[in-house]
Amino acid sequence: MATELGPTPVKGPASGGTPIHHGPKGVGEDNAIASQGKWASWLLAPTIVALAIVIVYPIISAIVMSFQKDAGLDPVTGLFTAGGPAGFSNYTNWLFQQCAAPGGGTVACPPGTLGSQFWSATGTTFYFTIVTVTLETVLGFWMAIIMARTFRGRSLVRAAVLVPWAIPTAVTAQLWLFIFAFEGIGNKLFNTTILWTGSEIPARWAVIIADTWKTTPFMALLILAGLQMIPAEVYEAAKVDGATAWQRFRMITLPLVKPALMVAILFRTLDALRMFDLPYILTEGSNNTTTLSILVVNQIRQGFNSAAALSTITFIIIFIVAFIFVRFLGANVVEQQTGAGKGKK
Amino acid sequence: MTAATELRAKQDQGRKAAQNREKWASVRTYVSAAVILVWCLAPAYWMVVTAFRDVGYTYDTSLLPTHVTLDNFITAFDTSFGNRFGQALLNSVFIGVTVTLISLVLGVFAAYALARLNFRFKYLVLGFILGASMFPGVALITPLFQLFTNIGWIGTYQALIIPNISFVLPLTVYTMTSFFREMPWELEEAARVDGCTQGQAFRKVIMPLAAPAIFTTAILAFISSWNEFLIASQLSNDATQPVTVAIANFAGAQPQQIPYTAIMAAGTIVTIPLVILVLVFQRKIVAGLTAGAVK
Repeated sequence: MATELGPTPVKGPASGGTPIHHGPKGVGEDNAIASQGKWASWLLAPTIVALAIVIVYPIISAIVMSFQKDAGLDPVTGLFTAGGPAGFSNYTNWLFQQCAAPGGGTVACPPGTLGSQFWSATGTTFYFTIVTVTLETVLGFWMAIIMARTFRGRSLVRAAVLVPWAIPTAVTAQLWLFIFAFEGIGNKLFNTTILWTGSEIPARWAVIIADTWKTTPFMALLILAGLQMIPAEVYEAAKVDGATAWQRFRMITLPLVKPALMVAILFRTLDALRMFDLPYILTEGSNNTTTLSILVVNQIRQGFNSAAALSTITFIIIFIVAFIFVRFLGANVVEQQTGAGKGKK
Repeated sequence: MTAATELRAKQDQGRKAAQNREKWASVRTYVSAAVILVWCLAPAYWMVVTAFRDVGYTYDTSLLPTHVTLDNFITAFDTSFGNRFGQALLNSVFIGVTVTLISLVLGVFAAYALARLNFRFKYLVLGFILGASMFPGVALITPLFQLFTNIGWIGTYQALIIPNISFVLPLTVYTMTSFFREMPWELEEAARVDGCTQGQAFRKVIMPLAAPAIFTTAILAFISSWNEFLIASQLSNDATQPVTVAIANFAGAQPQQIPYTAIMAAGTIVTIPLVILVLVFQRKIVAGLTAGAVK
């Protein structure tokens, strides 16, 4: 693999370094890279331009918007006020829950306004993320270990795990809403009489169970792919040396599967931090299931600019989490992707 | 008893214990596999059973199909309560196919460059594309909502297609990049030795070999566009809404009563083609899904 890539890349940019090619380079190689570079820029240009239009432009636009006042009716005069520069007031609206007071200045946002919900939405988002990703990692690991064994019907299991993954989240949400209906199969099977969408803890767990059902297969498949790269001889050798099953898991499986596992956890974490469909449809954000994404959507129709500030905050939160993963927890996505990690295994 | 027979007896015992252990391990494996099967399939099974159950028995909890009828599928397409499921299906197909085609055409070139060529900033580009694939849709929705409101695009197809490209295109590029890395590129060299130009070698040798990879990527791209909800829920209207939005907003005759049987029928219609597609191309799909993470 590495030979196809030419000089072995040492580190991707995600791990903090610049692409460095080690070793002496001949003049011919430089020329080859230059001509390939020309080719590459032509081939990559359409993708880069398209992504610049659909991603970079909206980010910049959102940042610009977030420093503008929302146009609207002035609560004091009843007259229409045009926007104008807002400074950081849109950000303080969310972070410090300061709403504009009639007659200028700011007051603490009254309960019930969107501004007062920022920290609870942040809490809900992280609660969902931590609980679902933990559950999915544990369950996914277990499923992956089972699927890695040889037994008759293994391909049936591997096919079955793709079913929850293939069902659209909107359908999943409606399906679990029906399962968790008061007279539904959920209460019947477990002989409970829980009003699932009626109060905080059941509502949150309805979302968590539905999300775990839908996304554990993805986690399991990523971990399974990692498990399959561990050579069987390593286990044989450990067995000969008298290692117990638990020792084999802890000393061989875990360290060797860690790179794939970290990337899977990173993907799922970033996905969970932007969770929208499930709580939006399943619980409509009630009973403390409003995530940051739902809060942004609720704000859009009340004022773009304030919504832009909130979506920028959300983006920064997700970015920080991704950064922590890549920098401190060793989830090296680019290195994994480029195959440089393979040489180590 | 001689020492030899004693030893043999011990060995026999040891072998039996090992066999027993193995038997138990395999029983445990089968039990675990059964648990996984039930966990993954039971809710989907319940959707299909409900879809075929008479609306009067919506909350019937017998596990086997009862009161079987096709009425719910007719109700799903019924437009008298303001549902436009049929139209939504066409919208989703149109949006999904367009997004997939655009992403494939752009992505195949980018993936070729990333998998095959050496150039400066390669890892920066890869990082940018991977970052883009994890980009939260909610950060796009506000500026796009304002922009599309200003230019009168809310509720148009392009307003739904363009944002979808933001997450389908990166997915396409990195899935295809890892597929391309695995291909036997020596054949390209061979074709060039035989007198093909680089373009010809790509078209005549590499493209046919790459077809399965491209097809798998297309399925993954289509599924992710088909499942999109956040952006569509805000930027579409009744005429252009995709199925995810139609199913989320599905209305019944009485506003306070959710028409679950019809919704499950609609859900079944939306899901079955995907599930068949996924099961048929299972191996390739799994390879594509995990491509970015472990290769």
